[in-house]
This record gives sequence, C-alpha cells and structure tokens, in this order.
Amino acid sequence: MTTTDAQAAEGTERPVAAVTDEGDQEIAPRRAVAGGPEVLREMGSVMRLSEAEVAAFGDVESDPTVATTTIMNMGPQHPSTHGVLRLMLELDGERVVRTKPVIGYLHTGMEKTGEELTYLQGPTNVTRMDYAAPLFNELVFSLTTEKLLGVEVPERATWIRMLLCELNRMSSHLLFLATNGMDVGAVSMLIYGWREREETLRVLERITGLRMNHNFIRPGGVAADVPDGWEEAVGELIEMIPPRLDEYEVLLSDQPIYRDRLQGVGVITAEEAIALGATGPILRSTGYAWDLRRDMPYLAYDEVDFDVVVGSYGDCFDRYAIRLAEVRESIKIVAQVLDRMPPGDYRVQDKKVTPPPRARIDESMEALIHHFKIFTEGFRVPPGEAYTAVESPRGELGCYIVSDGSAKPYRMHVRGPSFVNIQTLPHMMRDGLIADGVAVISSVDPIMGEVDR
Amino acid sequence: MGDADAARSDGDRPDPAPSGPEPICGAPVTVALGETTVHPNRDELVGVVRSLRDDGWLMCLDVTAVDHLANAAIRTLPEGVEPERFEVVVVLISHERRERLRIKVQVPADDPTVPSLFEVHPGTEALEREVFDLFGIAFDGHPDLTRILMPEDWDGHPLRKDYAVGRIPVQFKGDPGPR
Repeated sequence: MTTTDAQAAEGTERPVAAVTDEGDQEIAPRRAVAGGPEVLREMGSVMRLSEAEVAAFGDVESDPTVATTTIMNMGPQHPSTHGVLRLMLELDGERVVRTKPVIGYLHTGMEKTGEELTYLQGPTNVTRMDYAAPLFNELVFSLTTEKLLGVEVPERATWIRMLLCELNRMSSHLLFLATNGMDVGAVSMLIYGWREREETLRVLERITGLRMNHNFIRPGGVAADVPDGWEEAVGELIEMIPPRLDEYEVLLSDQPIYRDRLQGVGVITAEEAIALGATGPILRSTGYAWDLRRDMPYLAYDEVDFDVVVGSYGDCFDRYAIRLAEVRESIKIVAQVLDRMPPGDYRVQDKKVTPPPRARIDESMEALIHHFKIFTEGFRVPPGEAYTAVESPRGELGCYIVSDGSAKPYRMHVRGPSFVNIQTLPHMMRDGLIADGVAVISSVDPIMGEVDR
Repeated sequence: MGDADAARSDGDRPDPAPSGPEPICGAPVTVALGETTVHPNRDELVGVVRSLRDDGWLMCLDVTAVDHLANAAIRTLPEGVEPERFEVVVVLISHERRERLRIKVQVPADDPTVPSLFEVHPGTEALEREVFDLFGIAFDGHPDLTRILMPEDWDGHPLRKDYAVGRIPVQFKGDPGPR
C-alpha cells in the first residue's frame, strides 16, 4: 500500500489521518459506505427459521424431480465449532446457501451475576467471559470502574497492565494459530501452537499466579507487583517465540495446501464488516485500518511503537496472516515495556479503593476495619454511567456500567466482540463449500464464553 | 508524541462545546464523564441514527438496555425527556472523529417497544435479539425477533430488576454434609 496523491490531497480534509506517523497505515480513503442492509438483503445469507419451522419440513413429501435444498445441523458438539457454536445450514448439494448461528448453550447469566457482585469482585466474574483472553475483560471492567471513580492509576500499574495484555494477546493468537491449523487439516500445528501458548501462559502464571482467569487487573491497579525475575522470564519468552513463528510460516504460510484452503475463502468487504459491526482482525482483514490501541489509545499505547497490520482481500488467509503478524507486534510492545517499566506503585493509593498494606493491619485497628469494610461491603462508586472499550484479540471489547452510588454496579454490560462478529458467518459462508465453512468459523475465532456470557 | 496526545484527548474526552451541548439532529444532548449522550424519543430514534450514519457515525457497536425499576439509579436526563422504566442504550462510533456517541431512548413499561435499527445497521440484529430476550423489549421491524441466549420456551426476562436471581439446588455425590 502506498500513499497516493489522491490520499495525500484528501489528508488535508481529514486531519485525524495526519495524526499517525505510520504513513502506510493511514486510514485508506473510504468508498461511500452505502447502508449495508441493501447489500445484505440482496445476499439473503441469514436463515431466519425457528426450530419448529425447520422441523415441519420433515413432513414435506419430497419430489425427486424438483431440485430442493437440505437443512443440516452442525454442532454444538463438533470439534471445529470452537466450543458450543451451532449452525443451521441450508445446503444446495455441497454449497452453503443460508446459515443461522444458534447460540446460548454457554449462557450463564454473567451480566445478572455482575449486578450481585461488588466492584472488587467484578473482575472474577468478567474474566470468565472471554476465557482465551481473560486479562482484557478484567482490564475493560477496571477501566470503566476507574472512570466512574475518577481515579488515576499509577504509571507502573498501567505498564504492568500493558505487559500482561500483550502477553495475553500473544497466547490468544497462538491458540488461534493452533486451532486454525487443526481445523483446516494441518493437525501438527495444534501441537506447536499449543506448546508456545503454554510457554506464554507459564510467564503469565509466574506474574499473576494463574494460567487463566487471573483476576489480576482490578479497579485501582493490579493485584500485586511483578515478581522478582520477571524480566528474565519475559525476556526468554520473547527471545523464543519469533523463531517459532518463522517455523509456522514454513509450516502454514508457505504450504500450498494450506494456502489453497484459506485464500479467497470467506471473503468479506469493509462495507459489510462495518454494517455488521465486525471489529478486530475481521475488520482489519478488509484493509480498513482500525485498531483502538492506535486510534483511540488507552493505557500507554500512545507511548509505544507498533504497527497496525491490515490485510487486502478480507479472506481467511488475511485473517490468519494478521493474527500471526500481531503476535510479532505484541512482542515488539512487550520488549518496549521490558525496557521502560517505570518505578512506582502498582495500585492507586486512594484509601477509598485500596486496601491497607498487610503490615499495617497488625498494628492499626483502623487499618483492620478499613480492610474488613473494603472486602465485605466494597467501595462505593459515584452515580453515573460509563462505556469504555479496549482492543481485545477479537475486536472492540466494551464495558458499560451504570452505577447508582452503591458498592455494586446497577447494570453491567459487556459488549463481546465475538458475539457481534459471529453475525458475519452467514455472509462469509454464503456460496462456499461446506468444508470451507469450517475454515470460516475458525478464522472468525469466536470464543463462546464471550458470545453467550 | 504530541500528535498522539492530541489524538487521545480527541478520542477519550471530546471537549464539550463552550455554550453547553448543542442538540444533535434535534434531540437534546447531555455530556457526562466526557461521554456524549443523545436523547431522542422513540419515534425519532431511527431517523437520528440514520442521519448520524450519513454524517460519519458508521458503525453501531452496541445495543443494550437498563431497567430503572423504581428509579433506583440517579439519572441525568435533559429537560423535556420524561424518565421511563426502561432505557435502550445504543453506542455508535465515528472512525473519522475517533469518538463514540451514546443514544438513549426512554421506553415505558406498559408498552416496551422500540423501532428496530436493523434497516440502518444490520449488525444490530443479534444485539436487539439479546435485549428482547433478556429485557422483553420488542423491536418493531426486526426480521427475526426470537430469544437468542435463553431457551426458546423460557418464561420471563432475566435482566429485568423484578426477576430474582435464582439458584438451582445441586446435589453432589458423596456430599459430606454440613460441616
């Protein structure tokens, strides 16, 4: 992609585009985005039939002289549906005509639960939504709570959060690479991807104490300072991963069978992705450079150097290549955090939010009461409402909290990127082969815990 | 560096207009915590969202609702907007301005119906189904308004405030009994 004269001329009208210094990655001049519905209605790729309506077709006498379509069920128990996604497929032979994603098999009412938990307990709840990237859930919940509280998190806490999130992005994308390989037949990739993911999780375990569902990022900062020797552990990891990624390139990117399975499959345009609300690698695969870390920076992403990776065709291969490249970008960010980790406190010293240090409890009655109050009653959050979003490995992960001034959120809503992204499935699978459907599901990388919540 | 800071303040905290927030598409506006909220009424909703889309608010990120039963939460509504039990909350984003915009519509309890945004942003289909499922708010013009997360034969709408948090007794094998 080069910046053409037309783009440069237009740049004067779009001052925001001039903000970035990454010339190649400025937001490309947009074609007029005609309201998506017109496009989508024409395609008619979403099947909107209930169970009962579908079941009623069973009684219809079939006439062998008339061409008919078949309705087939795929999932929820299927190795390549990534958990419990179920698809109702209308097939014309081997060709997919319409699709209906059926979800809810993992619904556990986490938003309702969130109304019963204090703000301090909240991260334990939200961390279980996107279980492949739990730290992002904790982060977005904490950021929203802090916005309502009006507290400023110390610099060190911000950088620890950034370190953890980028490590988590690496582990999440490595999980994708592993399962994507397996889904399209490169089964050995599962072992390699899992191996590197496990190394990443080991570092996260070293820092947070847990491999998954860390509950480490909390309103006011993080749960503890990084442990001694974290630099070595992280340093070894980011030394080890890049050569392994080169091996993946040999195993997957350079392999003709793998490319044939993904290239040109599941194509989506930028207009469709925007109309359907798709974010993250799906949107970026269409060539639309939109990454919250760069475009609406949070934490300290405006102080680190990294590239936003975009595709050009919007197909499954682009989505794979973007995620592979994003692991490298995350390593770049982690390396910068390693060099520049600021000294200071790992949580805000605000008596209303922070429990007193353990040593104080032994000598001060007030500290004991204070500690007890924070962990039983919780801290009160001023009335108001806030929406914050972060760039999770799957797209815009948003959290909307309404506070009524008590210690529990009045309403806690999480905008899961997978939940919205799943709507692109019918459009990407339309007119493809049923075998390609597996590649498409895999490339959307839905995490059902976040879809169903 | 300075540019990046400018982008951040643009994105996170749009400076409120000096003479108070101006109405957007004829609907009153409030600004709190740096977030702008537009308060159209139910009939204006689709028109407002459509003209905002043509104005660069390209993507609808989120549709959700809040149940203000008994008005427990303290609400900041502009003059002329009557508080009702339900609030449908829509979040739009403009990639050019790098801003988000919240739209809130008051929905009365005795007629929980809102026009659907499907015609403007087809990506709201699943989100509106979720609100219908969990709050019982119907969306007029939605192509397939059915339950999405709860089973099809489920009674009630769990995220309403008068829907109690239930517990299902689970009997564990080899339970040693109360300690």
